[in-house]
Amino acid sequence: MLKRIAIVLAALLALGPAAALAQISDGVIKIGVLNDQSSLYADLAGMGSVVAARMAVEDFGADKKGMKVEIVSADHQNKADVGSSIARQWYDVDKVDVIVDVPNSGVALAVNQITRDKGKALLVSGAATADLTGKACSPNTIHWTYDTWALANGTGNAIVKTGGDTWFFITADYAFGHALERDVEAVVIKNGGKVLGKVRHPLNTADFSSFLLQAQSSKAKIVGLANAGGDTTNSIKQAAEFGIVKGGQSLAGLLVFITDVHGLGLPTAQGLIFTETFYWDLNDKTRAFGKRFAERDKGIHPTMIHAGVYSAVTHYLKAVEALKSDDGTKVIAKMKEMPTDDPLFGKGTVRADGRKIHPAYLVEVKKPSESKAPWDYYKIRATIPADQAFRPLDQGDCPLVKK
Amino acid sequence: MTTVFGIPTQALFGQLLIGLINGSFYAMLSLGLSVIFGLLNIINFAHGAQYMMGAFAAYFLLQWAGLGYWWALVIAPIVVGLIGIVIERTMLKRLYALDHLYGLLLTFGLALVIQGLFRNQFGSSGLPFQIPPELTGGRNLGFMILPNYRAWVVVFSLVTCLATWYVIERTKLGAYLRAATENPSLVQAFGVNVPRMITLTYGFGVALAALAGVLAAPIYQVNPLMGADLIIVVFAVVVIGGMGSIAGSIITGFALGIVEGLTKVFYPEASNTVIFVIMALVLLVRPTGLFGRDR
Repeated sequence: MLKRIAIVLAALLALGPAAALAQISDGVIKIGVLNDQSSLYADLAGMGSVVAARMAVEDFGADKKGMKVEIVSADHQNKADVGSSIARQWYDVDKVDVIVDVPNSGVALAVNQITRDKGKALLVSGAATADLTGKACSPNTIHWTYDTWALANGTGNAIVKTGGDTWFFITADYAFGHALERDVEAVVIKNGGKVLGKVRHPLNTADFSSFLLQAQSSKAKIVGLANAGGDTTNSIKQAAEFGIVKGGQSLAGLLVFITDVHGLGLPTAQGLIFTETFYWDLNDKTRAFGKRFAERDKGIHPTMIHAGVYSAVTHYLKAVEALKSDDGTKVIAKMKEMPTDDPLFGKGTVRADGRKIHPAYLVEVKKPSESKAPWDYYKIRATIPADQAFRPLDQGDCPLVKK
Repeated sequence: MTTVFGIPTQALFGQLLIGLINGSFYAMLSLGLSVIFGLLNIINFAHGAQYMMGAFAAYFLLQWAGLGYWWALVIAPIVVGLIGIVIERTMLKRLYALDHLYGLLLTFGLALVIQGLFRNQFGSSGLPFQIPPELTGGRNLGFMILPNYRAWVVVFSLVTCLATWYVIERTKLGAYLRAATENPSLVQAFGVNVPRMITLTYGFGVALAALAGVLAAPIYQVNPLMGADLIIVVFAVVVIGGMGSIAGSIITGFALGIVEGLTKVFYPEASNTVIFVIMALVLLVRPTGLFGRDR
């Protein structure tokens, strides 16, 4: 008799957690971090995003809650076709439930469509194009950290209002550069400024002198760099060489990350003004995160993309826990329903079009004399409140938003 | 203002000059490749990695030994050249009797390993390296501001290229080298130590790549991947100029720099591809390249 009770008990115990998580596919929540791990965007996202995702899972206490979470990662090499085939393989064969990060807007737009077709979930932190919550918005995607509209609104506005009313764009020739250029141009024109010219360079260009020369002869007050990563650092470095700033023109780095500033060094980067949604030295919580992160990522301090991955994965796990399911479409809907709260971005929300809402910061790079420690790089010039930092819901042409 | 195809001539001059500057990097790198291919029959795919190592050597010398740019210009090529010699002695030496393909595969693999190690250690955003104080600033030429450092790069690489060409084509040492490629056993029979000559030649070719790397360090970020994209373009330059032709690689290097510079004015989107289009055309019309000889 006793033996029989023991067997029943054992069976119940064995079934217990399984019953509770009956809706979790294969009993495992599988997170795929997809980004550039070998080329110009590898430091600002790359393995750092994997570290951030892992920290989010640990801090969430998935183990204690009986949730089994696995993280896989892959390098999309900044190629949409490579990224697409990895996404398909992950969803179809490897049972990945959610893909996160995906810098490079070209790749993100492709994975956005695949995720929607397969009914999975996509949490974008690395990619910039505001189309992800505009005409390409999807019930399966949340755009977490920043977007081209927010950058244009933050940096573009600040510059035009301080007199930078004529612009020349040096733009990366793919989805991201085009979107950023378009959004900044709109801000410039809205504020009464003019765009005198633009030039488009292939992704991952080493020499910008030719483009800088064209910018110089345009006589525009502001040279807007609608590119990112290594392209931006090379542009800034070579602009100094050709005396762009000495000649009275100003550089506007439209998307600059703290890793870019680190690579340039303060003597070259000082005085740059740009928009970020995260800085490790904002408050005690972000400082604690920055320190823990740097210890695990070769001393690199977290970029806003890394912070976004942490925050997005945290919120995703909360939604899965509440829903007891990892069905992509349902989890994304739940994530939009629940308010967000994490140590890095504070309290926030996710809008119907998939836009995560939080404040943005206009930062200025410190002079070498002002910097007290390695990675002490920014002065916060202004905080753009959450309700003004992103494109208003009704202006994005997202089909999910009822008018 | 006078214009050519809608572009002011003054702007055009600027672009031509810029093309020449970029061409000097192509010329120096393709020269090294040509020397190595001409005398060793090895297609040195590690050239881009060795260029990158030159730039990193400059960075290390500054960070760890406090030695600035001018020292780096001398020491970095020697150090990287010595590493090249070790590679030649321990690995490449075994491949001379085999098909070109084996050398290509070995050096390609080496390049991947070296770049991977550097990337793992130093990340992909690159490290800062400033222009030496003597060469900062620029002069106004009327149609553009020419940074002093870029002017220095053009002059320095022209001198290096011409000196290399002179040594190989016009001196007794060069004659030995060229004879050794035609018929190594005969030259050896005359009492010349051919294996040592080959080793030193490889070391020299690698040193040229490292020298270009030091020159590039203040212009571009010192980046583990800086050679990875460049090497493909430089190979196209070598193919267009004719494999193994010393003068051909120098002239084509500068010429293609200019062509690329002009493309950046008229149709910037194609600036990455124009060299490969030219390569395809040249291969169709003259498979041995513009200055190549049939072997």
